[in-house]
Amino acid sequence: MIGGNLRPGTLPSLRRAGSLVERNAILYRRSWLIIVSGFAEPLFYLLGIGLGVGALIGSTVTLNGHSVRYAVFVAPALMASAAMNGAVYETSFNFFFKLRYVKLYDAILSTPLGVLDVAAGEIAWALVRGTLYAIGFIAVMFGLGLAPSPWTIVALPAAMLMSFAFGAAGAALTTFLRTWQDIELILIVLIPLFLFSATFYPLEVYPGFLRLVVELTPLYHGVNLLRSLTTGSLGQAMLVDIGYLLALGVLGLWIATLRLDRVLLK
Amino acid sequence: MSRQAWTGALHVLEHNALVYRRTWRGSVFVSFAAPVMFLAAMGVGLGTLVNRGTPHGIGGFSYLEFLAPGLLATATMQTAFSETTYRLLSRIRWARTYDAMLATPLEVQDVLTGELVWLAFRLLMVATFYFVAMFLFRTLLAPGAVLAIPVAVLNGLAFAAPIFAFTASQQTDAGFPVIGRFVIAPLSIFAGTFFPIDRLPVAAQAIAWLTPLTHGVALSRGLTLGTISMQPALVHLAVLLLYTVVGIGLARVTLSRRLAP
Repeated sequence: MIGGNLRPGTLPSLRRAGSLVERNAILYRRSWLIIVSGFAEPLFYLLGIGLGVGALIGSTVTLNGHSVRYAVFVAPALMASAAMNGAVYETSFNFFFKLRYVKLYDAILSTPLGVLDVAAGEIAWALVRGTLYAIGFIAVMFGLGLAPSPWTIVALPAAMLMSFAFGAAGAALTTFLRTWQDIELILIVLIPLFLFSATFYPLEVYPGFLRLVVELTPLYHGVNLLRSLTTGSLGQAMLVDIGYLLALGVLGLWIATLRLDRVLLK
Repeated sequence: MSRQAWTGALHVLEHNALVYRRTWRGSVFVSFAAPVMFLAAMGVGLGTLVNRGTPHGIGGFSYLEFLAPGLLATATMQTAFSETTYRLLSRIRWARTYDAMLATPLEVQDVLTGELVWLAFRLLMVATFYFVAMFLFRTLLAPGAVLAIPVAVLNGLAFAAPIFAFTASQQTDAGFPVIGRFVIAPLSIFAGTFFPIDRLPVAAQAIAWLTPLTHGVALSRGLTLGTISMQPALVHLAVLLLYTVVGIGLARVTLSRRLAP
């Protein structure tokens, strides 16, 4: 059974999905400290890993033929990881709680909102939070002199694209989970993505076949996109990154909607 | 403690074991996979860059050898944090498991003792898995290295006990992300795990030495590398014990206040 506004060609209504974003924003008005404290984390990571470990590394890292300081190399990757983690936490832990425990969407579906609005609304909310964090990250990068290129400004929409892609993928995965223990599955995906996506060292450290595996994973493309922008080493590979993330986001939204339809309207 | 009280605590322990019997798969997998992945990525991968920059190593050791014991201590801190926040508040307030327990002959003290022993068991599990991974990566250089396991457990308890006390005093979960971001995250990065603490500004070093993790990292590192001497070891142990004992005392007060009729 397909929900009312899932007919072919029907787009999610901005107004309907927006009302879900508004609901989430109203709730967070009381715990704004959680959102504000999100700005502190990038500062810790950039100082600790970028400058602290960077001092041990000393020399520069070679990136697309020219060499950059380690802190400059790792900063966009930390920003990309934060965008992924922020988006996925929102559409996994929080989304799961609302879907399976407080049964929020059962109540919402008795209003004019449909399952597509629910999926789009939650992903949009993840995007709103991701945008706030990205602004904080870019400000800190400029403040610490870790963003040598003016293209860094464009890293904001790029991080928003990442929030959409990972938020949608997280929502799609979460619809398959049944218990809190299943949530550990999300960590089992997030930890290796965070560690192995050319985040902390260049892709060249890996032997050939592992490079190929890494290039197939989503965070690698987010890291590559943001790193190209903040270091100003633009290239055609960025088009692949953008295409990959867009496809992931659309696919995630589509699966999440179909699954919500099954879970909520069976 | 009387024999009666230990029997009560054993019942609480049994409850936890019964629940865990149904839910262990994910956590066991994460407990073993996470150390292997962290050691491979940060120790070996990032290590290639660090070893190039510091050819004589950090105090003569490779980055992997330097990093591994720090990650061990950090992991028990993070386990302590995740096991004493949402899970505990759920039992106090949302699922009201403790209210149900207290409707039996169990007392608040039994609940506290049973939970603390259970936490120690979970920490022991995490520390042992980490230790096995460290062995596989050849980072255990001294015969005393095995003592890093109980040290890591104590380091975890030095966080678990005070956070337990805090959680028992909370009405909502709003404080947990704040602890996560302003205590757990900065400690993970600045307490000497990823780079030697003497690279920090002097004021930051002083603050770092007031926290348990800095002592937990220094002690486990000294044990796995074989560089520790008796006097600093005793200081590190004393700090970890102090946090644990004071934390248990506070938890006793806040939990009794919370659960007593």
